[in-house]
Amino acid sequence: MNLLLSIMGVAAAGRLLPHHAAMPADVILIYLAAAMLFALSLKWLSSPKTARWGVLAGEIGMAAAIIATLFLPEVRNYIWILIAFGIAIMAAIPMALLIPMTAVPQQIALFHAFGALAAALVGTAEYYAHGSSMQTSTLIAIGFESLLGYLTFTGSLVAAGKLQEILPTQPMTYPFQNVLSISILAASVIAGAMVVVVPGNVVVFPIFIALCLLFGIMLILPIGGGDMPTVIALLNSYAGLSASAMGFVLNNKLLIIGGALEGSSGFILSMIMCKAMNRSFINVLFGQVQAAKAAKSDDIYGGNIKSVNAEEVAAILDGARRVAIVPGYGLAVAQAQHAVGQLFELLESRSIDVQFGIHPVAGRMPGHMNVLLAEANIPYDHLMEMDRINPEFENMDVVIVNGANDVVNPDARDNPNSPIAGMPILNVDKAGTVIVIKRSLSPGFAGIPNPLFAAKNCLMFFADGKKAVLDTIAELEKL
Amino acid sequence: MSPSLESNLFVFALAAFLGYEVVRRVSPQLHTPLMSLTNAISAISVVGAIVVTGAGHSTTMVVVLGTIAVTASMINVVGGFLMTDRMLKMFKKRKSD
Repeated sequence: MNLLLSIMGVAAAGRLLPHHAAMPADVILIYLAAAMLFALSLKWLSSPKTARWGVLAGEIGMAAAIIATLFLPEVRNYIWILIAFGIAIMAAIPMALLIPMTAVPQQIALFHAFGALAAALVGTAEYYAHGSSMQTSTLIAIGFESLLGYLTFTGSLVAAGKLQEILPTQPMTYPFQNVLSISILAASVIAGAMVVVVPGNVVVFPIFIALCLLFGIMLILPIGGGDMPTVIALLNSYAGLSASAMGFVLNNKLLIIGGALEGSSGFILSMIMCKAMNRSFINVLFGQVQAAKAAKSDDIYGGNIKSVNAEEVAAILDGARRVAIVPGYGLAVAQAQHAVGQLFELLESRSIDVQFGIHPVAGRMPGHMNVLLAEANIPYDHLMEMDRINPEFENMDVVIVNGANDVVNPDARDNPNSPIAGMPILNVDKAGTVIVIKRSLSPGFAGIPNPLFAAKNCLMFFADGKKAVLDTIAELEKL
Repeated sequence: MSPSLESNLFVFALAAFLGYEVVRRVSPQLHTPLMSLTNAISAISVVGAIVVTGAGHSTTMVVVLGTIAVTASMINVVGGFLMTDRMLKMFKKRKSD
């Protein structure tokens, strides 16, 4: 329906009508099929066996919906759409296919930024096209769409910058930071309310946009690298909710469903991440990091650190029957996943059972470590989540910890006064021998010493995460 | 409350609930592909961007905003699905010997 007809309709009916009404029945049916394919797509993702079918279902649903939309009677001008498609396809293929697996988190953050920008811009375009004649409920939806869209856009760009280490990964804090952030949020909400109350006002909307963009930056800038898994999941949720709000604006149920699926997925993932770090949303977003009390580390470590070399580690592994490998963030930094994959093959070829114990926050985003290890050809049935491997540690002869620190700190379990008390950990200290591969005794993100390193059954292998594994392989092959 | 808003709220609530129940069952091994796949799916907002851009009567500003929106969401669609599949291809079971 074009604008003129729409205005005539408004005049005739004496009330405001939605601008995008009366979709042809065949398009509605295609949208319905697409919505069902999207739900099926996520259902098939429940297991690695069916997961690729899930992608196919999603692709078919998406393609059908896009083609049906191109044939809508109100779509008349194709030139800009086709140009946009061309640019997008040329840009997206190298992004998706060439990016190394270690950089997937920042790529996903960029995709969040693109999706959120699209939702925000459509909301803005709708507002400028029809804002003065919109119903209050539609204006409220535009307010949510713009707020979430623009803040997710800048927030995701900041997150991607931190993950790529273009921006400092340390938390950037300054006095009155929370007061300022919350004031900007409050100002955005007030500006958003004015957009609803005085629609068509040309001054308020740009101010609203600027405040939302600014709030996105302020929200993510203070958050440190260790909290990135939660932040990415939260931005995932916001990106979905902005798409859903767009569905309310355009009165399009397929958008509402597609956005709601991502919204709830991101919500679940950020809850899992918070639980895995024993922190609340509020604490991640607004909590200041406590100053590290590194002074006490001498009391714990003094005289109790036993250091080993590759030859000794190889000898220990040669005598083991069951081995667990616990990878952490440091493994990704050292790019050691392929070396670990080789060690896995070698140990398995000598009939040594090898399992991987993966903490939910290992890596830079939820599930990142699993992707890195899958890339290194480790079969997925050897990738064990925390709750499954924890009861197994007492039966393990050797545990190799590579690049993990806080997630194996027994203080979280045993010391109620520890800053990380209550955080679920991998109970590696229950194993026969623990070998920790680490460059030095420097603390992890929590900034606290780890009593595991001084434990009787713990040996420290001071080296780079990749070199240590490669040297061990070389020594093992001599045996 | 208008009938369209009412039905939209129902759809949203049920879809969010469906999403919660389905995503809860996704293996933690696949949480990264999950995020990338849901992101690709929510880029269905491209259909809204297409409608805004393709409407014949639009002003230049609306067409410019719409074209950027189609580009951004289409990058999300193509890139999201390709990257998800690339990750999932790597998840293999032990080769039977």
